[in-house]
Amino acid sequence: MKTAISASGLHKSFGRTHALDGLDLEVEAGEVHGFLGPNGAGKSTSIRVLLGLLRADSGAVQLLGKDPWHDAVDLHQHIAYVPGDVTLWRSLSGGEVIDLYGRLRGGLDQTRRAQLLERFELDPTKKGHTYSKGNRQKVALVAAFASEVELLILDEPTSGLDPLMEEIFRECVAEERDRGRTVLLSSHILSEVEALCGRVSIIRKGRRVETGSLAELRHLTRTSVTAELAAAPTGLSGLPGVHGLDVRDRQVKLQVDSDKLDAVLRRLTEAGVRSLTSTPPTLEELFLRHYQDDVTRTGTETGAGTGSGTGSEEAVAR
Amino acid sequence: MTAVADARVTGRARGASRDLTGTGTLLRLALRRDRIMMPVWVLCLGLTASSTVGRLDSAYETPAQRTQLVQDMNGNGATRALFGTAFGDSLGALTVWRVGAFLTVFAAIMSLLIVIRHTREEEETGRQEALSSCVVGRRAGLTAALLTVAIANGAVTLLVAGGLAAQGGSGAVALGLAVGLSGMAFGGLAAVAAQLTESARLARGLSAAAVGVAFVLRMAGDAAEDGSKGSGHVLTWLSPLGWAEYAPPFAAERWWPLLLIAVLAAASISVAYSLAGRRDVGASFYATRPGPRAAGPFLTGVFGLGWRLQRGALAGWVAGFVFAGAIFGAISDGADEFLGDSDQTREIIERMGGAQGLNDAFLASMVGILGTILTVYAASSVLRLRSEETDQRAEPLLSNAVSRLRWAASHLVISYLGPVAVLAVGGLALGLGYGLAAGDVGGSLPRVLGAALSQVPAVWLVTSLTVLLIGALPKYSAAAWGLVGWVVALGWMGPALKVSQSVMNTSPFSHLPKLPGEHVTAAPFVWMLLLSAVLTAGGLVALRRRDIGG
Repeated sequence: MKTAISASGLHKSFGRTHALDGLDLEVEAGEVHGFLGPNGAGKSTSIRVLLGLLRADSGAVQLLGKDPWHDAVDLHQHIAYVPGDVTLWRSLSGGEVIDLYGRLRGGLDQTRRAQLLERFELDPTKKGHTYSKGNRQKVALVAAFASEVELLILDEPTSGLDPLMEEIFRECVAEERDRGRTVLLSSHILSEVEALCGRVSIIRKGRRVETGSLAELRHLTRTSVTAELAAAPTGLSGLPGVHGLDVRDRQVKLQVDSDKLDAVLRRLTEAGVRSLTSTPPTLEELFLRHYQDDVTRTGTETGAGTGSGTGSEEAVAR
Repeated sequence: MTAVADARVTGRARGASRDLTGTGTLLRLALRRDRIMMPVWVLCLGLTASSTVGRLDSAYETPAQRTQLVQDMNGNGATRALFGTAFGDSLGALTVWRVGAFLTVFAAIMSLLIVIRHTREEEETGRQEALSSCVVGRRAGLTAALLTVAIANGAVTLLVAGGLAAQGGSGAVALGLAVGLSGMAFGGLAAVAAQLTESARLARGLSAAAVGVAFVLRMAGDAAEDGSKGSGHVLTWLSPLGWAEYAPPFAAERWWPLLLIAVLAAASISVAYSLAGRRDVGASFYATRPGPRAAGPFLTGVFGLGWRLQRGALAGWVAGFVFAGAIFGAISDGADEFLGDSDQTREIIERMGGAQGLNDAFLASMVGILGTILTVYAASSVLRLRSEETDQRAEPLLSNAVSRLRWAASHLVISYLGPVAVLAVGGLALGLGYGLAAGDVGGSLPRVLGAALSQVPAVWLVTSLTVLLIGALPKYSAAAWGLVGWVVALGWMGPALKVSQSVMNTSPFSHLPKLPGEHVTAAPFVWMLLLSAVLTAGGLVALRRRDIGG
């Protein structure tokens, strides 16, 4: 597979703030790639570097085989960008802005433009300053989806859209994927990411902390197990990958690294299982683990081993 | 029945006081936001007044010199238009004559900027909406803005009066009040403009146009009649800036014209209040009309966009220069009717304008005024590029197939060619007005037009310095306004204050030949054009290399 975006070791600081601290990112051509991270993690800065608006202090970056800083104009023929906060010119109508952006990119598919206006229920005759936030967002989305480009870079594009419009947005992204286009989707809406993205990268404090397909990432997290046993269990605490073990008489609650589940189940059946619930890790848990700030992190690290925590915020030793 | 009426009355009374809830907090917010801008304005205005006394004292040492100066300057319509009417020959009266108009105009500009900044701009950006959702009354925003501007004008009044107190208490108070009240009057007009339009930019333009019209009316009235010898001309009486002039501090002090200014301030403020209570937050009285469904053939790229964004301001400046040029031209004829046996008039006019014939010299000073004022347009046109960036419209635009140079050029083409166009129409209007009055259109038109266009290189130098700022020091782009203020102040007050040539030389306009009239050499033009080219290139190179964004 071809690589659409590849960045390695990106550094960028503004004064004393290190916005990017050795960021890596790979996006394959034709995939919808989720780009996640808590507020202030450096997502928008990364995107601005990818667009050649900011110049990285160090590191290498290529989009579609080109350098975004030096070949910005050539590259931008093939890119459509939707910022999280769209500002329009007050005197220009939405329709004018959509056409202007189309003309400034590789071109605009007029049939698709008309379809999109209808689907997003957007009135193109209104002037820039009279649109609501959601409608401003729609102007940029219609312009992006109707453009003849290879790569879409969407920075929290659904902020301000109502649930109905978010559904339309998901359909549009799926269509783009089916047409073989690449999408980099920065988002906080986990259901959106789960529905659309094949792979995700999670960044935190200007570094990538996790990347892979959703299935792979799930594998890295823990399954919660609650069981009622016939007899008191033995040897559970000695098993690798078990966290937050809580045994009360014959009631057992624990969390286990998903790839170590097998051994735990074997021990439980040895004691005789009366009832068992096992909850797969949710995406929220996966993300929360990376979204936690340092305070909680160090807090649980010192308190580790007491077996009282839920385990979800406990740092994975990496 | 009465119970219902009572309830309505108390409801209304309670409504009125509730309308102002939160004013104190908003006022503190406004003062916090203006903590740099406002003191700078106030200090500049105050220091201008107090430092001028000293300068005039050393420039015209003996009472005889001063008496002569006043006689010369008042005896001629053209110089009255240029400098205003002098109402006395005391040091205080001379200071008023020299800086009174300057102070009132700049207090007016300061006030309109402050008012728009805290009213319409807050609404346009949507910040007012967030504030209004708090425990904030309907009229609290406007009240806080007006209190802010009242504090600024109050400080100006005190500083101006304090600076001139040594020349006589009541005169100093009169001048301080004339300046401060004029500021409040134009602040009030700006508050009305802020209610009428949805765009802060347009509201600022309208209020500034009101200042411009008042200034030109004052000039025309002064040119037509010597206000110190009679009741004054009707045109001057039509202008609020004329009322400030006709309450001559340190001379025949009349207080009632000051009352007129206060009445205008009160009237405009109450109009603004009644409008503010009747409309929706963020809305105005002109509904926005729908635009086209699709972009026309002209909006094909950034150049079409640049034109769309800049054409309104350009049209405004063209209209203003046609108006000012025509009036200046019409009053220029007859400058030599009083050629004067005095060396002083000749000297001042020569320093400001040129040598051959007072008519030419006067035309040259008018051309110089048009040129220096146009630096305001030049800087604002270039700064549009920066506001596109800080308003986050540049980023998505530049993420299209648009190079930074092309984007910059789409605005800069207008920043460079716009002043040429404005000077051309201003020159045509000036030449035509003068030619018609003097009965010599064919002879004067080309000379005056050429003179007007000779200002272009000096204006371009300001344009280029602004480009350099935006490219190399984007965070300090607003320093361009300091540059413009310096150039305008030197051009306006430098000659009569006998400012030393080395200081005058910091303005590019001092290096231009005084046209029409003087001998033209290529050297200053070539140097200025070269320097402009270098500065612009430097700014563009820096723009290409730096990060884009707030």
